[in-house]
Amino acid sequence: MQVVLLKTDVLFFVLLALAAFYAFYASRREHLRAPWRQVAERPLGMAAAVVLSAYLVVAVLDSCHFHPRLADNGGEQAYSSEIVSLLDVLVAPLRANVETTYSAPFAVRAYAKEVIVDADGSTRRGYPPLEHGGAHLADPADRGADLAARTAQGLAGAGFAWAALVTVLVAVLARRDARGWRAMLAAVVAGRTRVPWRVVLLTAGLLLALVGVCVTVAPYYHVLGTDKTGNDVLYQALKSVRTGLLIGTLTTLVMLPFAIALGIAAGYFRGWVDDVIQYLYTTLSSIPGVLLIAAAALMLEVYMARNEASYTSLAARADLRLLALCMILGVTTWTGLCRYLRGEALKLREVDFISAARAFGVPHRVIIVRHIIPNIMHIVMISIVLDFSGLVLAEAALTYIDIGVDPSMESWGNMINSARLELAREPVVWWSLLAAFVFMFTLVLAANVFADAVRDAFDPRLREVR
Amino acid sequence: MIAYVIRRILYAIPILLGVNVITFVLFFVVNSPDDMARLHLGTKHVTPAAIEKWKSERGYDKPLLWNTAREGADRLTDTIFYRNTVRLFLFDFGQSDSGRDIGYDISQRMWPSLAITLPVFLVGLLLTISFALAIAFFRGTYIDTWAVVLCVAMMSISGLFYIIGGQYLIGKLLRLVPISGFESGLVAAKFVILPVIVGVVGGLGHGTRWYRTIFLEEINRDYVRTARAKGLAEKAVLYGHVLRNAMIPILTGVVVVLPTLFLGSLITEAFFGIPGLGSYTIEAIQSQDFAIVRAMVFLGSVLYIVGLILTDISYTLVDPRVRLD
Repeated sequence: MQVVLLKTDVLFFVLLALAAFYAFYASRREHLRAPWRQVAERPLGMAAAVVLSAYLVVAVLDSCHFHPRLADNGGEQAYSSEIVSLLDVLVAPLRANVETTYSAPFAVRAYAKEVIVDADGSTRRGYPPLEHGGAHLADPADRGADLAARTAQGLAGAGFAWAALVTVLVAVLARRDARGWRAMLAAVVAGRTRVPWRVVLLTAGLLLALVGVCVTVAPYYHVLGTDKTGNDVLYQALKSVRTGLLIGTLTTLVMLPFAIALGIAAGYFRGWVDDVIQYLYTTLSSIPGVLLIAAAALMLEVYMARNEASYTSLAARADLRLLALCMILGVTTWTGLCRYLRGEALKLREVDFISAARAFGVPHRVIIVRHIIPNIMHIVMISIVLDFSGLVLAEAALTYIDIGVDPSMESWGNMINSARLELAREPVVWWSLLAAFVFMFTLVLAANVFADAVRDAFDPRLREVR
Repeated sequence: MIAYVIRRILYAIPILLGVNVITFVLFFVVNSPDDMARLHLGTKHVTPAAIEKWKSERGYDKPLLWNTAREGADRLTDTIFYRNTVRLFLFDFGQSDSGRDIGYDISQRMWPSLAITLPVFLVGLLLTISFALAIAFFRGTYIDTWAVVLCVAMMSISGLFYIIGGQYLIGKLLRLVPISGFESGLVAAKFVILPVIVGVVGGLGHGTRWYRTIFLEEINRDYVRTARAKGLAEKAVLYGHVLRNAMIPILTGVVVVLPTLFLGSLITEAFFGIPGLGSYTIEAIQSQDFAIVRAMVFLGSVLYIVGLILTDISYTLVDPRVRLD
């Protein structure tokens, strides 16, 4: 295979690397470890973290793009022009099982009536069997038993995986605390551990059960039905995870350097620097966000139309549009963080240890890097996690009014957009909408809960009063 | 006070000028008018003459900042920047790219917008503040915990879900009101009810949680303890002391959005087919009408700045300690 690195992939991996670096950095410093330990002790926060990491795994898998190798034609290596990701390979049956049009979840017959030609040549109107959904069944009436068997199989597999996970985790914990395996297990089950492992394991078990059932059932049935063009909805929802996560995280990554640099510069240097930067962010923030996004998206369209020739593939084009959307969203969100950081830097520069550093003649550059930045990082952290859920929701809304991601890109917004008129049909086509909303809701809820835990741990002043 | 307001208005001028420069750069420097013309006319089979004609019809054929072909003041005024951007300061929005008078359109379309946003704002404010006060009354109990959980869950649901769900449930299944559309006059009520309900419910989670935090912050203050110590009933404490003192943080968030209510909501209006300014903007985006989008960006900024000034003025009204000078 031939690896392809889309622009957003690169940025996403940079982001992951930064996160890994931060984790390493924080793990060696007690003042950073303490708040994270506090986050880890919140049962709801940890459950949310498990859900978030499941989403993250999907997004990472979906960010490893490559051109698949075509069948050998005489020793010469040939690659498909199509770009696929590791996720596509893992869920290949979902991607390949394309029906002609809508079909309900677990359906074996088509959604719409068609003319069916019987074996004896006579024609009648009816619901033809689906090409893939339940195609392995000899008799469609067996569907219930087949589904039950496959579900049980999936649950059993998930159960084994879960048992293995519990065993390994408890063994690791027991070794760390130098306790017996049984004692540790009892502690975990009773919820007597500092980190609420019981909640973590239960959440993981729930996720594993879902994954297990999907693994055994999804290749044979459309678990969440199919959309208008017959594509599997579960596949689309999974592919949308990357779009959603990318918009939530890359936007922050793109705007972070500006917000930090300008915020600190304004607060630390004051004087005319402060005036200029304040003017800049007041001006930008006085334009209503959605209008600025609309204007920028419109201009992006003109720009894309002008440079049509420079996009090698549809994926590259959609990718650029996603990146541009992140940047535009970044421009509209950085002002808030910048204002906070300015205020914090204003306070910090008068603090004794920084006055002392200045008195010793430490250069500004060093003061900022060594003293100011470490002391404002908690604000940056809080704002990253707090912004995330809003950005994921914004993507859906913006895509609906045509200023979001490219229509060819899988995203929850596009799923909702193309499915919303289908509620007027009889019988109602509800599965596409519901899938998009449930996937989005789970992610945003987990993000909100996790964000609250992080905020409470990192900024006691912002903690909600009890 | 009047001097303060005048000074604030003067401060607003450079900011609005900045907004204009941003839109100008976005619309005319990042992409040249030629690109816009090509997007409108199509990239293939388009003659340079057609592009020139498109540009001259809309006044985009002039130099950007400095017209060397003219004499005197015309050098500055007969340019794209002056004609399409500076004139916005006089609220002279000019003509849209399709030849309609933008100022007239805006004056017509802001009323439907207001018919939705104003009830959503008022009812929403009333409900969220009442809920938040009730939760604050039960603080520390299970009711409080579960109310917060409910708020977070409601916040996590996409606004689109509320709209689509509301349309499906109330419009299609129960057939209580039309799913979308608008009429002027009193008949409008039946079209307005559904978007208002959806708007209020959609904002409930976030609003309630936000006001709860504000109230709880006030509840832990010394003056509340004093009020309780002198034997006031909890109700009197909440309404008489906490609510009144919480007015300042509440006002910060509330007054600033008042003027922007005129702009309507892009998404709600698009879904419910309401001919307000929100759908005006969306139509402009979809038909790539640059003049309208520019006008709306400017108008939005003006209204936001008006909101900021109103916020400051309202402080003096609710809090005698605040003096503006």
